[in-house]
Amino acid sequence: MKKFGFEISKGRQLNFDEMKSEKVEKLLELVPSYKWCIGCGGCTAACSAAGFTDFNIRKIHTAFFRAQYEGLDEQLNQCMLCGKCLLVCPRGVNTRSLIINMRRILANVDTVTWRPQRELKSKNEGGNNE
Amino acid sequence: MKTVSIIGAGPAGIEAAYVLAKQGVAVSLFEKSSSPLKNIADKAFLFPNFAAATDIVEQMNRKLLNANITQHLDTDIVGLVHEGEQGWKLTDNRGNSYYSDNVVLATGYTPFDAHRKEELGYGIYNGVVTSLEMEKMIRYNQIVNSMGEKPKRVVFLQCVGSRDEKSGNHYCSKVCCVTAVKQAIEIKKQLPDAEAYIFYMDLRMWGQHFEEMYRQSQQDYGVRYVRGRISEASGTFDGRVQIKAEDTLMGLPLKMTTDLLVLMVGMEASEGTRCLAKAAGICGEYGFAQSTDPHLGDNLTGQQGLYVCGACKRPMSINDVVNDGRAAAFAILEG
Repeated sequence: MKKFGFEISKGRQLNFDEMKSEKVEKLLELVPSYKWCIGCGGCTAACSAAGFTDFNIRKIHTAFFRAQYEGLDEQLNQCMLCGKCLLVCPRGVNTRSLIINMRRILANVDTVTWRPQRELKSKNEGGNNE
Repeated sequence: MKTVSIIGAGPAGIEAAYVLAKQGVAVSLFEKSSSPLKNIADKAFLFPNFAAATDIVEQMNRKLLNANITQHLDTDIVGLVHEGEQGWKLTDNRGNSYYSDNVVLATGYTPFDAHRKEELGYGIYNGVVTSLEMEKMIRYNQIVNSMGEKPKRVVFLQCVGSRDEKSGNHYCSKVCCVTAVKQAIEIKKQLPDAEAYIFYMDLRMWGQHFEEMYRQSQQDYGVRYVRGRISEASGTFDGRVQIKAEDTLMGLPLKMTTDLLVLMVGMEASEGTRCLAKAAGICGEYGFAQSTDPHLGDNLTGQQGLYVCGACKRPMSINDVVNDGRAAAFAILEG
């Protein structure tokens, strides 16, 4: 087939029709308080890593909730789990638990034993909640 | 005709007293302060039409001249109980008792104590003030920073003590959004060279002309808006205040130094509201008083002859509470 040196660009829009994801469901199950977020950015403002790295907790968990996982695991590793974000959140979201569990889910580790696993276990089979 | 006691001489209580008095009802109006309208007395202008607060106070004070109204100033009602045939018994802090057939609770709100949000530096750094203090500065034409100089920059922070799990207040205080817009416009009128920033989570321009005021603040006064909640404030060596927030629309953390940080404090149930709602058994959420139905019985309570109006039920604006005071009066006249 003839190559013309260009190709059709991949769409950049978020496709909300294809956003349902096992990972998001799992995160909501582990950290139910995440549903209360109103995106005020208080967590990022208080964050001791955000001023110096590209770690932006509000953007990361927004991206996670939109099932845009690319690069999130690396970004999440910049968090030192100090928990300052937890202190300022006006909605009482358990942000620290949110970060730990995003890491666990992205690394596909068992949420109780921290061991790598093939399949994500559901809460009924002994999952940890907040 | 049945007698009525009204507790609280704010705009709601006064309006209720006035309407009843005009209909020939004998009204006793109780106020714990030495003068009525304490909460409006230091206001400068009222949204959305920038009416001078002094005019409103004067007009409302004139309503109190009706001969059917007996004022009891410096009288803090601390007890409220129904005693069968004698009707409602009110007890004040000196132990005096007053009886009437009907009671209107108009005990209002108290501003959120900004000291409780320690991370915002109120009471620690002189450059951090509340919206009430800013209102006074505007009124007396004395907008100054901690050094007594004209500020070059003023930052407003919305939702202090409202919409905040950490303060224990999940509700929206309703009036702060538009108050910040109003105060920012006033600052730009008095100090055209100063910058005014408003940090918000959502801007709730719910009332008539509010959205237009918001637009006017951008168009005619250059007020700037940043979507993000300020997480902490700290003092600088030169007496200014440095704030940290996220500019959520940029997705980046920000820092900014300002001469004044104005905390838009929310409304909480006043001590009188908490105490009397409890005594009468009409406690609602967050210490406010509870009406029977928000649609069709908003001035009625579960108790016969006990009515509620104004900000003792929930955060309300001045025009809200005046209308609600009238509504409570008509609820009594209806029987």
